[in-house]
Amino acid sequence: MAENNNSAIEFRNVAMSYDERVILEDVSFVVNPGETKIVMGGSGTGKSTILKLVLGLIKPDSGRIFVDGEDVTGHSEKDMVEVRRKLGMVFQDGALFDSLTVYENVGYRLFERGLPEPEIEENVCRMLQFVNLENVMYMMPSELSGGMRRRVGIARALVGNPKLVLFDEPTAGLDPPTARTILELAIKLRDLEGVSSIFVTHRMDDVKQLSSKFATIGDSGEVEFRSEDGNMCLVNTRFIMLRKGKVIFSGTDEELWQSSDPYIKDFLRKS
Amino acid sequence: MAGRAFMRALSKPYYVRETMIQMDSIGVGSLVIIILTGGFTGGILALQTSDTLKTFGATGVTGTLVMTSLVREMGPVLASLMIAGRVGSAIAAELGSMVVSEQVDAMRALGTDPIKKLVWPRLFALMIMTPALTLVADIVGAIGGWIVASSLMNVASSVYISSAKDALTYNDIIGGLIKPLVFGFIIAIVSCRAGLRTSGGTVGVGRSTTQAVVLSDILILAADFFLGKIILAFS
Ligand SMILES: Nc1ncnc2c1ncn2[C@@H]1O[C@H](COP(=O)(O)OP(=O)(O)OP(=O)(O)O)[C@@H](O)[C@H]1O
Ligand SMILES: [Mg+2]
Repeated sequence: MAENNNSAIEFRNVAMSYDERVILEDVSFVVNPGETKIVMGGSGTGKSTILKLVLGLIKPDSGRIFVDGEDVTGHSEKDMVEVRRKLGMVFQDGALFDSLTVYENVGYRLFERGLPEPEIEENVCRMLQFVNLENVMYMMPSELSGGMRRRVGIARALVGNPKLVLFDEPTAGLDPPTARTILELAIKLRDLEGVSSIFVTHRMDDVKQLSSKFATIGDSGEVEFRSEDGNMCLVNTRFIMLRKGKVIFSGTDEELWQSSDPYIKDFLRKS
Repeated sequence: MAGRAFMRALSKPYYVRETMIQMDSIGVGSLVIIILTGGFTGGILALQTSDTLKTFGATGVTGTLVMTSLVREMGPVLASLMIAGRVGSAIAAELGSMVVSEQVDAMRALGTDPIKKLVWPRLFALMIMTPALTLVADIVGAIGGWIVASSLMNVASSVYISSAKDALTYNDIIGGLIKPLVFGFIIAIVSCRAGLRTSGGTVGVGRSTTQAVVLSDILILAADFFLGKIILAFS
């Protein structure tokens, strides 16, 4: 019954509709371990829906969903708790708990697990440093700007070192340096921590950076970002493009740029 | 949903802190309106009953009538209706906003059971605090009745007090506390359900809030009728 495979995330002929409206008609794709899958597609094509399906927040009408090799399609809410431990989700609108401080938001997972306070504090501080927000630790989410909220959401998703991270347009509406910080964070997770991820985005800059840059540890022990410059397929990023409930493209960045599909050409040019 | 909430409440974590916070906000937060409700209800009961009793020359039993109606009916029902209006609406609005801003989804994504974290503490707090607040309403009502009877209606203070004391049976007191226990349960389940089922953005939150209060009120009145019948059958 429960079938196993070694993909990080796999969708097999997944269909999903809200009431009568079909959102996903027949979606199949595989995210390999350590890979970053960029999901593109017009507004309302069901990108956020895909991420919620991975988390089991909603259930598909048909098809199968695998997370970390495990078939989670029929999992109950209780079974999903274990699966969700491996997953970090950055919600499109942040979805921060507005009755908790930034500190409590970021450390939420650890508080729920009942970890000792000093350990939580150390983890939260480290995560907030990552996203350059140490100074707002004791503020409430309502006191933050939109971009700060987004970054708190990222920090919250990454606490507890999930193996799989789902980013829902994490860079939308951020200033270029902050967006770059977030992209570098995603690259670092991919290349140095072996994290697999789904990265939903519309921004061509994200697409270019994630498919051309990679992170290594330099001689001095510092993290360095290098450009691909000709080393084909060194970077572990793949793409899928959604349209009308189906995957119309799946492949590498080279294949994406060379695609002759008029919709994809139009999508890449306009963005 | 109640059954599920109950089963899951028996396993860890228990969310003691959340429950305490809820008890504090429900209990302390509702104290003023409960005192006002109790006081005026006791006063008006004394006013009306002693006025009617005057025609029979029986104002001496004012205390009896005030206490029985207060403890059996008015205290539990009016206190619960006020709590439904104040606490039930707040619960539906808070949980509803959490749903539409995806906070409940985020909670689930981070491995928390929203039924345990959100519903159970509120259910528990309401089932403790509704009887407690009813008790307050009863006591303040008795005092309000006494003040009105002795100052406005010329009922001798000692007569009122002794007739009030004689009025209450053991059954009245137990019945008067079982009712708000059930009403608290109704308010919690109805309001949490309305909140967690919210859809359709901010408009949906408004709809859930109204629904929580109206449905709680109706169910409280209906339950009161049946509980009244059951309790009478036992006495
Ligand atoms: N709770 C819901 N009830 C009904 N319809 C919904 C619900 N959530 C989403 N939808 C519909 O599902 C479709 C896909 O939504 P989704 O949020 O997945 O889009 P998206 O690809 O993430 O779009 P965007 O790029 O704008 O974020 C939309 O047409 C939306 O109207
Ligand atoms: Mg979306």
